[in-house]
Amino acid sequence: MTTFSQLAAISRSAAIQGRVIYALLMREILTRYGRHNIGFLWLFVEPMLFTTGVTILWTLSQSVHGSSLPIVAFALTGYSSVLLWRNMPARCIGAIEPNLALMYHRNVKAIDVFLARLLLEAGGATISFVTLSLFYIYIGWLEPPEDVLTVVEGWLLLAWFGASLAMLLGALAERSELIERFWHPASYITFPLSGAGFLVDALPTSAQKYALYIPMVNGVELVREGYFGNQIRTHYDLPYLLGCCIALTLLALAQVNVVNREITPE
Amino acid sequence: MIIADHVHKIYPTRQGNRVILSDISFSVARGEKLGILGRNGAGKSTLIRLISGAERPTSGTITRTMSVSWPLAFGGAFQGALTGFDNVRFISRIYNQDYAQNIDFVQDFTELGLYLREPVKSYSQGMRARLAFAISMIIEFDCYLIDEVSAVGDARFHEKCAVELFHKRADRAMLIISHDPEYIKNHCSKFAILNKGDMKLYTDFDQAYGHHMHNMHSA
Repeated sequence: MTTFSQLAAISRSAAIQGRVIYALLMREILTRYGRHNIGFLWLFVEPMLFTTGVTILWTLSQSVHGSSLPIVAFALTGYSSVLLWRNMPARCIGAIEPNLALMYHRNVKAIDVFLARLLLEAGGATISFVTLSLFYIYIGWLEPPEDVLTVVEGWLLLAWFGASLAMLLGALAERSELIERFWHPASYITFPLSGAGFLVDALPTSAQKYALYIPMVNGVELVREGYFGNQIRTHYDLPYLLGCCIALTLLALAQVNVVNREITPE
Repeated sequence: MIIADHVHKIYPTRQGNRVILSDISFSVARGEKLGILGRNGAGKSTLIRLISGAERPTSGTITRTMSVSWPLAFGGAFQGALTGFDNVRFISRIYNQDYAQNIDFVQDFTELGLYLREPVKSYSQGMRARLAFAISMIIEFDCYLIDEVSAVGDARFHEKCAVELFHKRADRAMLIISHDPEYIKNHCSKFAILNKGDMKLYTDFDQAYGHHMHNMHSA
């Protein structure tokens, strides 16, 4: 096959996959949020409520976070990041089962179901983060970020981490229900470890090294560096985070392929 | 052309592996209509799923050189919370079709009227069947896979289905599964009997039916 016809074939396949993901996305929005009350606005109103609630709680309890940062800014960056990486796996585990019947359409594959849900989840978390940021900045609770691009970089890396983890767990969950049983406790236990509630700089020096072994911590630090610039000292290991994302992605794709092969539409 | 070449399908069960289809080979040419008879659990629906590409054979290959439909009138993909229109929209998007045009056809065929704006879970069996069939007719294929289409619905619905399938699309290839021997006899030119994972092909209906009846009554 010539390179040109190969390219044509790939772009045709990409167009089909794009269509399928879009169709699944619209279907998912309707089945999840329906047409009642505010409908699909729940996509980001729900995470906004979460984040606002946590912000209020942390403000009231004068949470100790080891820096002079305003608690609002701290809670917003921290909790939004948690929502980003934690909700994606939760949505991908068990995503295949309710959509099994759709696999009768040859072009609908397991990965499309995952990608549609990931886009929705990441989209919701992002809109929530941006809207709340703008709102807090507008009412003066928050200074605009020092370096928006760094915030975006950290955010995208966190999203990538969450997405690859989600696909891996989603695919593995098709093989063993243990994944679902273990993810719930695991996601709760990693929450306090994820960097949402602390700055690495506030940890004892001996503990900082170990904190950075947790991939999400690096991402959250990056987001905060973008937000607060020189007001805080951040610690992160970018190559390590990238390595984690790439490794997880490769594992996830391999596992999704296995699921594709073994799938039995009801 | 659809060519199945030495297709095996094995399902793992709690009692070990179960062979559903063993070493099945056949082909369906353009315009050819193959009727498949077999007892409950003989593997008819599994075969249809393999041909449709929804599932892969354990070993062997299935080659499709014409476009093949999903199992016709299949309503399982309906999401109860979605409306009839939502389902039409979903299929239109997946197959890159004009939604507005499809809506007209579905409204006309199903005669569901305002119900098309209601969630599918409020539909009766017959209404679901009509919607499922209409949605299957939106997309034009070279080959249609038909898995017991006449099980539900009234006489009027069956007549309309027959018009759509066997008059308007008389030139297409079809794979038909049915427990109604008359249906198979009237619409097919080639017959296959599935029994215990084995498949035998016939060109004469009476011979095929005799074999099927023999299987039916032997343990």
